[in-house]
Amino acid sequence: MATDYIVGIDLGTTNSLVAYMQGDSPVVIPGEDGLNLVPSVVALDEKNQIIVGNAARRYLIETPERAVYSIKRLMGRGVEDIQDELKLFPFQLAEDLHEGEVLRIKIGERTYTPPEISALVLRQLKRNAERFFGAPVSQAVITVPAYFNDAQRQATKDAGRIAGLNVLRLVNEPTAASLAYGLEKKKNGIIVVYDLGGGTFDISILKLHDGIFEVIATNGDTHLGGDDIDNLLIAIALDDIRGDLGLGIDVRRSGEAVQRIRQAVIEAKIALSSQPTAKLDVDLPGGKKYQREISLEMFEQVIQPIIDRTVGPCKQALKDAGLKPEQIDEVVLVGGSTRIPKVRRLVQDLFGRVPHTDLNPDEVVALGAAVQANILGGASEITKEMLLLDVTPLSLGIEVAGGVTDKIILRNSTIPASATQYYTTQVDGQTNVAIHVLQGERELARDCRSLARFDLKGVPPMPAGMPRIEVKFLIDANGILRVSAREQRSGQEAEIDVQPSYGLTDEQVENMLLESFDYAEEDFRQRQVIEARREAETILTALAKGKKNQAWQELSNDERRNVETLEKALVAVKDGNNDDYHAIRAGIDALNEATMRLAELMMDTAVSTALKGKAMDSTDLEEGPQAGHPVAKADFE
Amino acid sequence: MRAVHFCSSCGKVQPPVPVDYFTFFGFPRKLNLDTAALEKEFYVLSRRLHPDVFAQADTRERSWSLEQSSMLNDAYRTLKDPIKRTEYLLRLEGVELEEQSKQATEKARATGELKKQVVPPDLLEEVFELNLHLEELRDQKETGEDDPALLEEIGKAKLSLEEKFEALFNELKTEWNKWDKAVEGGTEEDRHKILDKMLDVLNRRNYVRNLVRDVNEALE
Repeated sequence: MATDYIVGIDLGTTNSLVAYMQGDSPVVIPGEDGLNLVPSVVALDEKNQIIVGNAARRYLIETPERAVYSIKRLMGRGVEDIQDELKLFPFQLAEDLHEGEVLRIKIGERTYTPPEISALVLRQLKRNAERFFGAPVSQAVITVPAYFNDAQRQATKDAGRIAGLNVLRLVNEPTAASLAYGLEKKKNGIIVVYDLGGGTFDISILKLHDGIFEVIATNGDTHLGGDDIDNLLIAIALDDIRGDLGLGIDVRRSGEAVQRIRQAVIEAKIALSSQPTAKLDVDLPGGKKYQREISLEMFEQVIQPIIDRTVGPCKQALKDAGLKPEQIDEVVLVGGSTRIPKVRRLVQDLFGRVPHTDLNPDEVVALGAAVQANILGGASEITKEMLLLDVTPLSLGIEVAGGVTDKIILRNSTIPASATQYYTTQVDGQTNVAIHVLQGERELARDCRSLARFDLKGVPPMPAGMPRIEVKFLIDANGILRVSAREQRSGQEAEIDVQPSYGLTDEQVENMLLESFDYAEEDFRQRQVIEARREAETILTALAKGKKNQAWQELSNDERRNVETLEKALVAVKDGNNDDYHAIRAGIDALNEATMRLAELMMDTAVSTALKGKAMDSTDLEEGPQAGHPVAKADFE
Repeated sequence: MRAVHFCSSCGKVQPPVPVDYFTFFGFPRKLNLDTAALEKEFYVLSRRLHPDVFAQADTRERSWSLEQSSMLNDAYRTLKDPIKRTEYLLRLEGVELEEQSKQATEKARATGELKKQVVPPDLLEEVFELNLHLEELRDQKETGEDDPALLEEIGKAKLSLEEKFEALFNELKTEWNKWDKAVEGGTEEDRHKILDKMLDVLNRRNYVRNLVRDVNEALE
């Protein structure tokens, strides 16, 4: 019986990781290429095969129209609120998008919604984990930026479902990081997590108290990160090239050139974290070259406006927490962009202390997700005292007369949180009541994020103002809203028709799940290989034990030679790269057959030993060759 | 007595029963509250009720845990804040406080409707003068003028308002003490008087708070 592994996944803008709890400490599971980071890049190759991660990166340059990156920026958003992103990122929207429809992005000739693209990244991580464990993985904790709204969270959960994962919990990234930090330090106090990643910024303030991780305040910007720095540097390079008469070309329309420049500025940005200058050296179309040097001074000047945008959220979070910087015990840095020395200085100035940098900022979120996965899996000794109390980052409101937002659950409320509102009718016999739910801090409904429109149906017909409809709004531990309603006078449950303003309906998710069965064959094959390898391991281990038994010597030379030949053959096919589960199964069957007599002999020895009154070597019985025999071929539907 | 959250024989989580927040924590309906004890109890109950603890439980237990822990969080959030606690008690005792609520104020500001608001008589003169000063300041901001004397006047008024704000909180605490005694042995009439007085203090306090906010916005 396979252990049910629950993995922790950091689904990042730039990179994604999968981790699990190995004994007392969380570890990242590497991919087949041995690397921990899986770039959140999805591409279609010439044969329309889906390629994910490091292998997909070259398509960004070679066939940029067949590859997509930073899809997280589009999760849970509508066409009208991504216009800025479209200017800066080479996302190609599907041409046949209808108003109110969930975004679809073109990759080659196909189109995918952002949750589907994220699901492809998740599926890759799932496979990496399955390969690592040699067992199927179906449950996960996935992290999201703390400042993600309801639609962005729902989109992430949908992505998990499409990838065939049961998402046990969405955890906020900075909070996850605090779990990894807290597991290591085991100290009480107030900590700040400053998380500047590829595309999102979060700030969270937590109180650590005997294993309870209580978030006091959180704030952020879901469209601020290293991507923005890259885009500024790319803009400078493009300007340079256009203005350079010697080059005499304009490459802004060339996807390939822009991607080459992008790679180069990213490398330069990384280099500038440890050296005073960096060189850009890019091959342009037509055999031309673009070269320039970027000094640290210039770099810091360029990024100043971007990193300054993190100051406001930090101050607001402190204010909401009712804390002064001197009351903070420790500042933890998360996200690749916090490697930039200028960012570190900014954090140090803001909170008046040197930030804690022991943790790998790229991995700490995934490690924390693995800790939370372990907590949810039914506490091992090391995590059994740990409990995460998170908050909702944005106030929940409903639209009332005059287009005003009536806030019913304030931001930074510990979740789960709920609020009950009462509604009535305005016209005699009215049976429907419409409710508009919003998320945000602004006073007018039109300035807040529209979450959903609910239609309370089946209100019993009564004179106007008579019905008393109780509507309960509940934000669950994932930060996702649930609504239920009841008419109090009749006790009748009002039916709620939820029309999400942005996002997939349950039906759409189901359909995508069905569509993903296009890949089911591949998944099935992978699973078969995993299972077959595991069985091969079992029988080979059993045989190794059996060879030490007296019974081995009782076999004829031919029998022994035959067994050893088949043993070698099975090892070869098991460790081979061709992933042919039929061959592995055939090897197992042949070896099973050949060791039949060995098993019988061992059984006889064991029985006669027992009859003689001597202690029976129980391991021979349990783990001898016959342990391999009862293994039937695995059944898959 | 604390509401029953767990089965007495098996210790499992139970469906929530509709109780008030004081009862949820097993506290008397009093306003002087030991917040350290409240926090401790909150942590103890969180460890037993939070959905994380029930991730592997059946659907029914998971849904009970969700409801119970949301109620726990709602109750804790309300009781730990002295003003929210007072407002909650007033509502529990059947007192309506809608007119002075933040929502009503924000709605009025957003729609430009006039809010029904009575200026506390003891503040009439001060508020009249302050509003004149603020008007002047806004005009000056538009023309780019700078009048240090005016800023000083407004600064003084702000300080005086902040002192009033403090004083009103102390006044509220005096009423808390009276209420806590009346809960044990007072008459119905006593209690009504105290509730009315608390509502009055809260209204005046909200009024002063809004004024301070206006001043701060004007000074920004």
